[in-house]
Amino acid sequence: MTVTASKSATPAVQDGVTFSIDGIETTVPKGTLVIRAAEQLGIQIPRFCDHPLLAPAGACRQCLVEVWAPGRDGNLAKMPKPQASCTLTATPGMEVRTQRTSAEADKAQHGVMELLLINHPLDCPVCDKGGECPLQNQAMSNGRGSTRFVDIKRTFPKPIAVSTQILLDRERCILCQRCTRFSREIAGDPFIDLQKRGAMQQIGRFDAEILGFDDTAPEPVLLGTEIPVGPAEIDEDGEAFASYFSGNTVQICPVGALTSAAYRFRARPFDLVSTPGVSEHDSNGSAIRVDHRRGVVLRRLSGEDAEVNEEWISDKDRFGFAWQSAADRITSPLVREDGELRPASWAEALEVAAHGLEQASGVGVLPGGRVTLEDAYAYGKFARLALGTNDVDHRARPHSAEESDFLAHAVAGTGLGVTFTDLEHAPAVLLAGLEAEEEAGVLYLRLRKAATKGRTRVLAVAPFASRGLERMNGTLIAAAPGTEPEVLDAITKGKLSEPNEQLSAEGAVILVGERLAAVPGALSAVLRLADRTGARLAWVPRRAGERGAVDAGVLPGLLPGGRPVADPAARVDVAAAWEVEHLPAEPGRDLDGIIAAAASGDLGALVVGGVDLRDLADPAAARAALDAVGFLVSLEVRSSEVTERADVVLPVAPPVEKPGTFVSWEGRRRPFPQALTSTAMPDHRVLDALADELGVTLGTRTMAAVHAELDALGSWDGSRIGAPAVSAGPAPAIDAGQAVLATWHLLLDTGRLQDGEPFLAGTAKRPVARASAATAAGIGLTAGQPVEVSTDAGAIVLPLVIDDLPDHVIWLPTAAPGCQVRDTLHAVAGDVVRIAAATTGEVTA
Amino acid sequence: MADNSIEKKAGPGGEVQRSGREVAAPQPYQSLIPKRSPLEDALGPAAGFGVTIKNFFSKTVTEQYPREPARVKPRFHGRHQLNRYPDGLEKCIGCELCAWACPADAIYVEAADNTADQQFSPGERYGRVYQINYLRCIFCGLCIEACPTRALTMTNEFELAGPTREGLIYEKQDLLAPMTDGMLAAPHPMVEGTTDTDYYRGEVTAPTPAQVDWVGEHRPDDPSLTGARSRAGAAANQGQETR
Repeated sequence: MTVTASKSATPAVQDGVTFSIDGIETTVPKGTLVIRAAEQLGIQIPRFCDHPLLAPAGACRQCLVEVWAPGRDGNLAKMPKPQASCTLTATPGMEVRTQRTSAEADKAQHGVMELLLINHPLDCPVCDKGGECPLQNQAMSNGRGSTRFVDIKRTFPKPIAVSTQILLDRERCILCQRCTRFSREIAGDPFIDLQKRGAMQQIGRFDAEILGFDDTAPEPVLLGTEIPVGPAEIDEDGEAFASYFSGNTVQICPVGALTSAAYRFRARPFDLVSTPGVSEHDSNGSAIRVDHRRGVVLRRLSGEDAEVNEEWISDKDRFGFAWQSAADRITSPLVREDGELRPASWAEALEVAAHGLEQASGVGVLPGGRVTLEDAYAYGKFARLALGTNDVDHRARPHSAEESDFLAHAVAGTGLGVTFTDLEHAPAVLLAGLEAEEEAGVLYLRLRKAATKGRTRVLAVAPFASRGLERMNGTLIAAAPGTEPEVLDAITKGKLSEPNEQLSAEGAVILVGERLAAVPGALSAVLRLADRTGARLAWVPRRAGERGAVDAGVLPGLLPGGRPVADPAARVDVAAAWEVEHLPAEPGRDLDGIIAAAASGDLGALVVGGVDLRDLADPAAARAALDAVGFLVSLEVRSSEVTERADVVLPVAPPVEKPGTFVSWEGRRRPFPQALTSTAMPDHRVLDALADELGVTLGTRTMAAVHAELDALGSWDGSRIGAPAVSAGPAPAIDAGQAVLATWHLLLDTGRLQDGEPFLAGTAKRPVARASAATAAGIGLTAGQPVEVSTDAGAIVLPLVIDDLPDHVIWLPTAAPGCQVRDTLHAVAGDVVRIAAATTGEVTA
Repeated sequence: MADNSIEKKAGPGGEVQRSGREVAAPQPYQSLIPKRSPLEDALGPAAGFGVTIKNFFSKTVTEQYPREPARVKPRFHGRHQLNRYPDGLEKCIGCELCAWACPADAIYVEAADNTADQQFSPGERYGRVYQINYLRCIFCGLCIEACPTRALTMTNEFELAGPTREGLIYEKQDLLAPMTDGMLAAPHPMVEGTTDTDYYRGEVTAPTPAQVDWVGEHRPDDPSLTGARSRAGAAANQGQETR
């Protein structure tokens, strides 16, 4: 499309094809499929296999139309047989007659429908698709009223559990191949495929019997590949099926052949109420649809947003919603009395909280990274106005002062920057400290689309080429943890000439993950690289609320709109908007500083939002600090380690029970409405009430009020904080039996937002440790054997997988079942850990 | 006026005649009841007593409800019933088509998976929650027409009044057909070697010994066991004889 656009300024006229459908003349761009042109005219042609985002297949033959086209002599001649309009491109002068005007097309469609229904079971009453089924609907609109088929239908044993989440009823399948095309073209995961021919053709997984393989062949070696935790069928490659995007196939299946275990038999489409939403699981801001009945969310589907997630979401977005209605939801305010938390009224709880905060010598605020923009703004304003401090930090993860400067310099208040569409047109995209498939699912899909369908080259600065990178045809620029600044500088200086050239091309993009914050000098090096090559820069955090929180000024050095606290003009600006005399000018502490100050007693109280202590760099220190702090107020949805230690717990609404806005990594505001009726209040309203109790008018009671203030403030047009110039740390000394730790979060892990969904948990990747062959040999291990990774704090035992890592590097998933790197080892990426053959011989995987 | 309109309709080609626009003069009232003779007028009051006197001797139609049970026609639309197959499994598959058909939104259904340990109906799906709100139900019968397995039918029971609103929301256990003798209480496995289609076709006529044994193992105190055991035994013997 870009190519056409660059050829001529007015493509519509010169490259247009004029033809007619049902006698209506239309002009469409060259290469348009007839079925698309008909859609634009409002003519509905029945179809099953056709999907706008998948390559044409012509598999189901339901969209047959009568076609007349000019022959060599220029006279219109009828094509001898009806044509599938989903694979037919429009040509000049063509005359298409659909079922509306052609008896032949109508008869052909009826015939195809009858054939499709021959082997389709009549189990619509028990089928999850019943009521929203294209086959059901189109059998009514374009099929016979009654059946002429009297024989016995072909049946298969039902259903096959392709994974713990995806179930396959083969007899319902009409062989449209939408699922196989999705997994091949979009996700890149081997999945099920067509087997056999003719009447016996069926969709299925790798089946030695059906495919005629020798059944005595040895079992495939599963270690080394990425296999799921739960039981799964063997996919077409002969490996256990593992995919983060398989839920999309359930949604695009035009019949009920693919269903999800979580939603199976739970409801009918006609008793569901649908509300649009935005996924709270990552920073992509994926559009979703929340389907609920009687105040209970039953499923989530992908919404349609061509600019953002197209029609795809990750399985975490789709299935991870049970946490919002978990049994440990806090339903009323709690107040600690005689060491025990007891339910209290809002009035009492707010009074106790306000009293405790007033008495404290200093208060730190930790909102966590899952807040909406409105909530984030309220936390920032609450800290500065009600508590008079800059001790506020939303980052609940390893972070650094360098990162604060980076965010203030390059991210905060910059508005819409690099977009998904820009990625598709970029000649090169460099991923630094970002594993797209694991840390931003939909971003991976779009990068893969750009790489496979466009000219985009994906480069990754990472310790090893992950499965996701391979599927993006990506190039690995190997970097051991801690050496990223060195590698990035090598690109900047042209020592790595090829990436330098690629990134210097017009439109190149650098995507930076939040993990780079833990590497001293890395973010400084990224800024240098972007500056030198002219590549555009975008920061891709993992959590949905981080970008919004940066924009709303929930950092110790930032006020809303990217205004630096250190800049007196910026403070005056915000103070005027907030109608106060002045704002606190002394620089605040970041999260680590707040935790340390709370532990030492410098801070007398903390206000903590949705923070999971296990996410912090040192969970043990955080627990000790929360135990030690004089007064602790927690705003939480569910009971957590923080609420256990809190003096006052104020319940707040999860995303499904409040309206709000997430800001995606693009800088795009993604507002969403409230789906469920609820009495739970969003954070910004609770904070407003708490501020009232402290005698301060916060003015964040309503969404409208917050938006009015945000709009009035706008972005900072004054001078920004200069780019950080932190030099890289010294390379750590590594003795025998030691390795540098590489680690990141897998998409499906032990996160609190995936609780209560066992089917989803079964599709998570089985946790393994990864190291190079030389590293493994150094401790006398081979693939598959258990390796013990330990620090003074603790030890983790996982099976070892040999991968192409640099030597003396070991990779662990950050938070997998049985592998809590931060909690057990108190280590972050780049730290030196001990590795040894596991003595117990017991694998905790 | 009436005559006028008839004239208009009778116009040629069905066209209304528009020429006679002037309004006709009002006619004096004329009764349509035929005039009676003086003799008939004289005997009129006696004829009225005749009806009364005739009913002195006819059969009484007064129903002694509630002292005697009310008589209703066989197809009277009364309280619903969720039927069972002869082996005791429920017919309801939780498809919610009844709820969809209901014009009064009186029915609420939630389905769930049958599992090996908890098989309530033949096939994969059963109705876990089944509620009919008799404060809303209008007894139209669209629900029983919609039912694909004939699980939902209507009984003749119409005494549906109660002191509380909650009490008039009938739950599944209130609606399920009572167990007849020889039925085995669900949950228990399907008859071995059958599918839900076999059940629907009426090919399952009694519980089998295997089903009885399963219930005996899992719920030894089940009251339906005794009847089901003898019924299963009889059916098995019969099956052997016919073979």
